[in-house]
Formats: sequence, structure tokens, C-alpha cells
Amino acid sequence: MRPFKYTHVNTVQSATQLVSTHSNAKFLAGGTNILDLMKEDVERPDELLDITFLKVADIKMITEGPNKGGVSLGALSNNTETANHELIRLNHPLLTQAILAGASAQIRNMATNGGNLMQRTRCPYFYDVDMPCNKRVPGSGCGAMEGINRMHAIFGWSSKCIAVYPSDMAVALAVLDATVQVANSKGQQRRIAFTDFHRLPGENPEKDNNLLPGELITAIELPPNKFASHSYYLKVRDRASYAFALVSVAAGLELNGNNIVQAKIALGGVAHKPWRALRAEELLKGKEATEANFQAAAEAEMNQAKPLEYNRFKVELGKRAIVRALDMAMNNGSK
Amino acid sequence: MNQENENPDLTEDEKKLFKDLMPEDLKEIMDTGFSRRHFLKLISIAGTGVLASHLLGAEQLLARPLAQPSLNELTTAQVENGVRVSFKVNGFNKNLLVDSRMTLLDTVRERMELTGAKKGCDHGQCGACTMIVDGKRILSCLTLAASCEGKSVTTIEGIANGTDLHPIQAAFIKHDSFQCGYCTPGQICSAVALLAEAKNGEVSYVTDQVNVPKKPLQLSENEIRERMSGNICRCGAYPNIVAAIREVQSGKSVEQKWNFAG
Repeated sequence: MRPFKYTHVNTVQSATQLVSTHSNAKFLAGGTNILDLMKEDVERPDELLDITFLKVADIKMITEGPNKGGVSLGALSNNTETANHELIRLNHPLLTQAILAGASAQIRNMATNGGNLMQRTRCPYFYDVDMPCNKRVPGSGCGAMEGINRMHAIFGWSSKCIAVYPSDMAVALAVLDATVQVANSKGQQRRIAFTDFHRLPGENPEKDNNLLPGELITAIELPPNKFASHSYYLKVRDRASYAFALVSVAAGLELNGNNIVQAKIALGGVAHKPWRALRAEELLKGKEATEANFQAAAEAEMNQAKPLEYNRFKVELGKRAIVRALDMAMNNGSK
Repeated sequence: MNQENENPDLTEDEKKLFKDLMPEDLKEIMDTGFSRRHFLKLISIAGTGVLASHLLGAEQLLARPLAQPSLNELTTAQVENGVRVSFKVNGFNKNLLVDSRMTLLDTVRERMELTGAKKGCDHGQCGACTMIVDGKRILSCLTLAASCEGKSVTTIEGIANGTDLHPIQAAFIKHDSFQCGYCTPGQICSAVALLAEAKNGEVSYVTDQVNVPKKPLQLSENEIRERMSGNICRCGAYPNIVAAIREVQSGKSVEQKWNFAG
């Protein structure tokens, strides 16, 4: 690992000011991704600003609000406490399931909510500094495009990058209509709709998200939802646990009897950001909750996919995963 | 560094064990003031055959935390990007200067000579380095020592209560839950934390109806496998590891179920 300066920061203001003025400084929270990337020589910061010592209560807590029925997740609350918090288990069980589908117990105890959104792709060509990668070194090319691209994107990729976003939590946040709250060095705050937070690769795959330089995530806000009792997070992977998704599905159904008032579906492991299955959602609106309708919606969504040489299997897998996730959501997640 | 002089003399139990194993050497060893650390090294090379009949007794002795050696004192001028940090390890206060790049794992192993926690992958993929920090299991290979200010760290050396094995340690011996033993310190730290999580009603990905609060939780085999998935065992001792944890978690005797491959 290259030498770096380690600094405690105590306030959001000093954290954002230091990261704005010290070139090549980065924030450190749980460290589960950035330290790994520094060992691999992918990340090369001169300074780590440890924000876990921030003396701000809200950023480490899960609180009700700001609107009735909503909940605010502190950026520095860890994944375990978020998944197990009573407000989340009762009102947003989809988020509990998604968080617990990711990583291991040890990593979830360390990883923070803000850090989860800031983690980088696990594309092996991004991790290997001897390979070309437009995300790591813009303009160097994409090693995965002609390489072993089994784990890669089938939606929204560009000629520059076919990496996928690794987070499970983010897939649930995409259907929960979350908002990311950020602060900057001037003391200003702004909110970013979660589905606008991460980016598709386009011409600039080096940018994972739409944060501006110097901004720090302080909270993630969830509005109330009407599908808490009919939701499920399904993750399909190469082994039963502790592996990244081949395909994952976050599904929530707002029902009136057996009629679907609104369906919310997002896919993980298929794109550079959580992929909202808007076409499937549109087809299910107002329809009866039947296997045939689920199947038709899944077909309509997945038939738009553009698979690569080694990941064609994800198209059929995605169809089946969507149908199964919707079935599970109907049964309130019971197996 | 004069750490060896700071190691305590052998305990009465250790003297007895040594006398049983190598009676002709005991007098010389006692007269020349061998340290406990040397004693442990000696019995580790004494061979499993000799030790077999004493295995349980020896395990109990080994469970006693080693005396804490003094730390090599460094000054800020000697360490680029040095960070002074204070935290507890197995109940002992530690104050030391570390290179900002030092992980908790390397610090505990190289600076405190507590080599129980293992460096497996060093990238957060295997769980061999698992420690318990402020009551929660974490990966020490992805934790900077500098970030541990004020925290309380428990390593495998601090799991037993004096010479009494933790029930998880005893169950691992009973159920033969290891072959090479490299992943075992991490497995045990992880399992000890798992017990507290279940008691506290924390759910997992395979828990049915996460929206129904319930504690303590009684864990099925499937639950234990999911909750232990961050600890890889390349010998494949998983059935025995799961049996050991189930036995302690349920408080009921668990029989091992296994078949010959074929």
C-alpha cells in the first residue's frame, strides 16, 4: 500500500472543506472497499479523512421522518444496525433482506450506509492494474469487452464500460424511492433522487455517481411505502451465500385484493446502476396478480437486454428471477 | 525489547504437564528460567503422539492468554505518517505508534505477538482474521489500527475465561471442527459473536418474516450456515463446525451426520 496521511475529522464542515482543499484526499468510513482497493493499488489517495469520529448525532442514527411514516438512515449507521432496526424491519423489510443478502456478517458490521453507495464495481478488469480499464484509467480501453464478461452488464452499458454495480442495498433503495442527502463545504445541503444518484457509464465510466467534488453523503431518506407486506429481495449467485449477484430482484407489490395497484421492480447485477424495470412495472399496473401476468412482464423487460458473449444466460435467469421474486412478494416473502 | 523477561514463570499446571511429557528436562528448564513462551513453543514441537493423551488438558492451558510483551517503542520521527493510537486488546490497554497503513491484523500479530488471528487472503474474503471489536465481529485485515482509537478488541487469545475454554472452543474440540486449523481462530471468534447476535434477535437473509421481532432466536442449521458464510474453511470441516455451533446455540447435544463420499 502506498503511504498516506491519516486524519480524524470532527465536523461535516471540516470534512468537506478538507476533502475540497487537499488534493487526492478521500473519506474513510467502514473501509471495507477502499482499503481493499488501496492494497490492490487501484485507489491511491494521499490522505484518508476518517469520518467515523464525526461528532454529529444524526449521521450515526436511524430516525423517523422527515415526513410522516418515513425514515432517515444516517450515512454512518452500519449495515447491520440498519437492517435490524425495528422501523426498517416493520416498514421496509425489503431493505432488511437486501442488506442481509450482501457480504458477510463481519463486513456488514463495518460497512456504513453511505459507504455502501460509494463502493466500486468488482469487475476483475477494474481490479487488475495490469489490464486496460476506462473506469480506472480513462481512455485505456475496456478489458472486459472482449474478455470473460460473464458477470457483466446486459442493460445500459456503453462501448467504454460494461461493469455492474455490486450493491444489494442499492437495488432495494431504487424501488423504495429513496433520496440521498448530501452536504458540501459551504454548509449547503441538497437532495438527490436515488435513481439519479448512480450513473450509466456512457462516455465517462470513471464517474460512478453524480456527487460533486467535496460533497459528503449525510443521510438516506425513505418515504412511507404501501407494499411492506408484499415485497421480496431475491438474489441469485454462484454459491448460496457471500457472493456477488448474477442477477438480483427487488420487488414490491401494492395490492387491492388480487389487483396490482402498482408494482415496483429493480434488478441488480445487470447494469452500471440498479436497473428499474419500468417496462415490467408499467405492464403490471392495474392487472391481476397472476403467474401469467408476471411472466409477460418479465419477458417484456428482459427482451430489451443486450447480452455479451459470456452472459447470455442472464436474460433467461432474469426472467425467472423476476417471476419468482413476484411470487415470493405475494406470499409476504415466506418460503 | 526485553519481553521474554516479562513473561511470567510457568504455572503449576504447566509444570505438571511438562513433567509428564519431558520429566528429565523439567529441572534444567526451571533452573534456567525458561519463559512461558518458550514452553509453549516446546510443547508445540513435542509432537501430537506424546500430547494425544493430554490434549484436553493442554488445550485448557493454551487457552490462557499469553502475557503481554512490552511494545517496541518508536518515535514519530521514525515512522512516516505515524499515528499514535490507544485501544484495548483482550482487556489490556495498548498505546502505540503505528504506520498509518498498518491494519489491526498486522498490528496485533507483529507488534503485540498475538498470532492467533490469521492472515488468510488479506482482502476481506476469507474471515481468518475475524476479531471482535466493541462486541461486534469484524475483519481485522480491512481495519486500520489507526481507526481503533478508544475501542476494545478481543482476539482468539482473549476468548477463554482464564483456563476455562469458551463453550464454543470446547464444542470445536468435541466435534473435531477443524483439520489444518488455520481458519479456526476466525471461525471461533465469528461463532462467539453469532451467539450474541441470535440472543439479541438479529435476523439473516434466510430468516422467515423479518418483520416479526423475536428474541432470542433458535438457529436452524441453514441459519448457522448463512450466518457463518464469511468464514471459509478450505479443509471443508463445515459439517463439524455447524454441529459445534448448533450444540452451543441450542444447549442440546447435536449428533454429527455424515456419510462416506461415494
